[in-house]
Amino acid sequence: MSAVKNVGSRVLFAATGRNYILPAVYSRCSSVWADVPLGPPDAILGITEAFKKDKNPKRINLGVGAYRDDAGKPFILESVKKAERQMIEEGLDHEYAPISGFPAFTEASAKLALGDNSPAVAGGLNATVQGISGTGSLRIGGDFLKRFYTKSHEIYFPTPTWGNHTPIFKDAGLTIKPYRYYDPKTCGFDFNGALEDISKIPEGSIILLHACAHNPTGVDPQPEQWKEISKVVKKRKLYPFFDVAYQGFGSGCIDKDAFGLRHFIADGHTLCLAQSYAKNMGLYGERVGAFTIVCSDKKEQERVMSQLKILIRPIYSNPPIHGAHIVAKVLNQPDLRSIWLKEVKQMADRIITMRTRLRDGLKKEGSSHNWQHITDQIGMFCFTGLKPPQVERLTNEFSVYLTKDGRISVAGLSSNNVDYLASAMHQVTK
Amino acid sequence: MASVFSDIEMGPPIEVFKMVAEFNADPHPEKVNLSVGAYRGNDGKPWVLPVVRTVEAQMASDQTLNHEYLPVAGLPDFRTGACKMILGEEDPAIVQNRVAGVQALGGTGALKVAADFLRQNMKYEYVYVSTPTWENHKSLFTKAGFKVKEHRYWNAKTCSVDLEGMLEDLRTAPPKSVVILHAVAHNPTGTDPTQEQWKQIADVCEEKKLFVLMDCAYQGYTSGDLDKDAWSCRYFSQRGFEFFIAQSFSKNFGLYNERVGNLCVVCKDSDSKSKVLSQMELNVRVVWSNPSNHGARIVATVLNNPPLYAEWRESIKTMANRILFMREQLHQKLKAIGCPGNWDHIVQQQGMFSYTGLNEHQSEQMVKRFHIYMMKSGRISMAGLNSQNLDYVAKAINTVVTESMGQAQSRI
Repeated sequence: MSAVKNVGSRVLFAATGRNYILPAVYSRCSSVWADVPLGPPDAILGITEAFKKDKNPKRINLGVGAYRDDAGKPFILESVKKAERQMIEEGLDHEYAPISGFPAFTEASAKLALGDNSPAVAGGLNATVQGISGTGSLRIGGDFLKRFYTKSHEIYFPTPTWGNHTPIFKDAGLTIKPYRYYDPKTCGFDFNGALEDISKIPEGSIILLHACAHNPTGVDPQPEQWKEISKVVKKRKLYPFFDVAYQGFGSGCIDKDAFGLRHFIADGHTLCLAQSYAKNMGLYGERVGAFTIVCSDKKEQERVMSQLKILIRPIYSNPPIHGAHIVAKVLNQPDLRSIWLKEVKQMADRIITMRTRLRDGLKKEGSSHNWQHITDQIGMFCFTGLKPPQVERLTNEFSVYLTKDGRISVAGLSSNNVDYLASAMHQVTK
Repeated sequence: MASVFSDIEMGPPIEVFKMVAEFNADPHPEKVNLSVGAYRGNDGKPWVLPVVRTVEAQMASDQTLNHEYLPVAGLPDFRTGACKMILGEEDPAIVQNRVAGVQALGGTGALKVAADFLRQNMKYEYVYVSTPTWENHKSLFTKAGFKVKEHRYWNAKTCSVDLEGMLEDLRTAPPKSVVILHAVAHNPTGTDPTQEQWKQIADVCEEKKLFVLMDCAYQGYTSGDLDKDAWSCRYFSQRGFEFFIAQSFSKNFGLYNERVGNLCVVCKDSDSKSKVLSQMELNVRVVWSNPSNHGARIVATVLNNPPLYAEWRESIKTMANRILFMREQLHQKLKAIGCPGNWDHIVQQQGMFSYTGLNEHQSEQMVKRFHIYMMKSGRISMAGLNSQNLDYVAKAINTVVTESMGQAQSRI
């Protein structure tokens, strides 16, 4: 920072490699942000940046979690395109939406997660607001709990969890604590470790659970395990916060992917959940999500809704509507919904196929390691089990880009590159 | 088991949304909505700009367009287009590459990005807002951790800017103070400083090292001329200020619900600009991660396509002219029916809103007796007026003013 204040433009050019014209007023009068440090690059987005700079034609980007088709291109869902064309025909206006979003979207969203026949939704007990995709919905939830959940300001995360969970909830003012989740020895679910840790969590704390397709590990509890988790959570009187970012995208079936969440509801928990439509409808950049608190009665639902609106207004006032219209149409119109269900299964199936091919590929290469976890895990991501030095080799020697924790985005695999990856992985692990 | 939220109280309703809800529920045939600040045509209906329809139809039929994540700071073409639009292509800061845009969720979102950065990264403590100001300024900055202070602005007696009072108050500002200035078409008063007054305001900001945040929600919408409405922002840039401009594209593009906004960051040098940008990106990542695509893409397409841009400029004129016409008409009608008081402020004020001067009681009467929905501050949205309801509104104003002559404010 002092370099910026005290030296001239030539030295700065040498230091930064950037050429710019300094107005006369600059060099003697310090900028009001002279002390602002350059922020570190985002770890995940940084990988894409590095990938783009790599000239190797065999390069593979397995960093960011966005679905790709077998040609490596973004997949534009037909159900989404149809909905958009309908919107044009209907000549919709762009008037401000209600702060909480519009009911056709919020109600459909709640039903998707909780079930079409959910008694909670039928009874109007869900306080559901549109949120800015998963991130925004999690953030509203964090803000709300900080302000109104008086029993505890501690939230327990599975280890590991999505990289942005910690900054989001920390910024909301909650204290982050861990519970065991991933077993590096088996590359699977540490069921006993999780139950042990959860049974020791102070009563009343908040517990974050990934509904399905755990990010980053791809490791999900089995239905019987969900039941046990529910029991312990109940015993400790914990408040469950479900992150539902991949419904449908995990197994290909929206109901199967919601099993854990719906079991908790059936088991009598009052809980909250954040949903994202980024992956399962390919609406990443339209920022469509929802945050729901399941309330005990209608009056409480009204009070909670009023407070959610007060939280949202001073952040962005009301939500962006284009994506929400699309989701509402797709979920509410039977013809579009049935196309969408096929498409989401298509995406999930391609991922499962790639997992199988990668595992088979490693076997073919002659790898002696057990790679079963590749097909046991589910969803966008796979925790390969590779250690940081091996990851580094994969990137430096083979132009395969992935995060340091050994996580790969399976969606980045295709018929064209899966064999190359198998061979590269074999090279760094043999 | 008692609910964990049993102690939560019902939050107070937000006035403008409450007004709209009550208006919608009102069956009265002559009801008029003069509350929310959204443009209406002379038919009383929302107006989607033809150029927006054109671009949206193009986008819907474009098989190659996807919905991938935007960068954290938003769509690059949108950001540069937005900054150029407010500062002008020839602005020295733009030419010297020391301006950056951060796409945000509407004007509100842009203010949020500014507030979080100023508080968390720069440790500013106080924010000065005008009395009155858009009510969300106070909530937003309070939530961002600021202590809110108000400076004098609206002189109710003269229906003009109380510049002396404003400057006096700003001169008492402690160090680490931000000041929010309305670039044009002050909300809710519609009353802006003159160019000479802006110069004096800039002098005090410089003197007290106040951090200037321009709230620019009505560029083009006010006079019909983008450059004219940008004067105050361009002046501050030319004077060498480091400052922010929170831009909204809700009104001038009619894209209210797509949440299209831009925080224009003006720095002394390119290096600072990069650092500020990098910190804002980190802040944004924990609030909404990256901004929404649809509306920004529409705006970027229009700003970067000369025929579409020209068409858009015509549409802005259409909207601004209709508002100006309604001001003229209301003014004329009030004079014609002999409504007590001086109503010149209706035509002197500019933009979406008018601070009529009606007091709380009179404003409530307008709502309760005449089903004319307006804010209890006396603010009306000129866009809600049209040739069908002008007479009715003028008569209603005349009635409530005449009847409460004893309690009226001195100018009316």
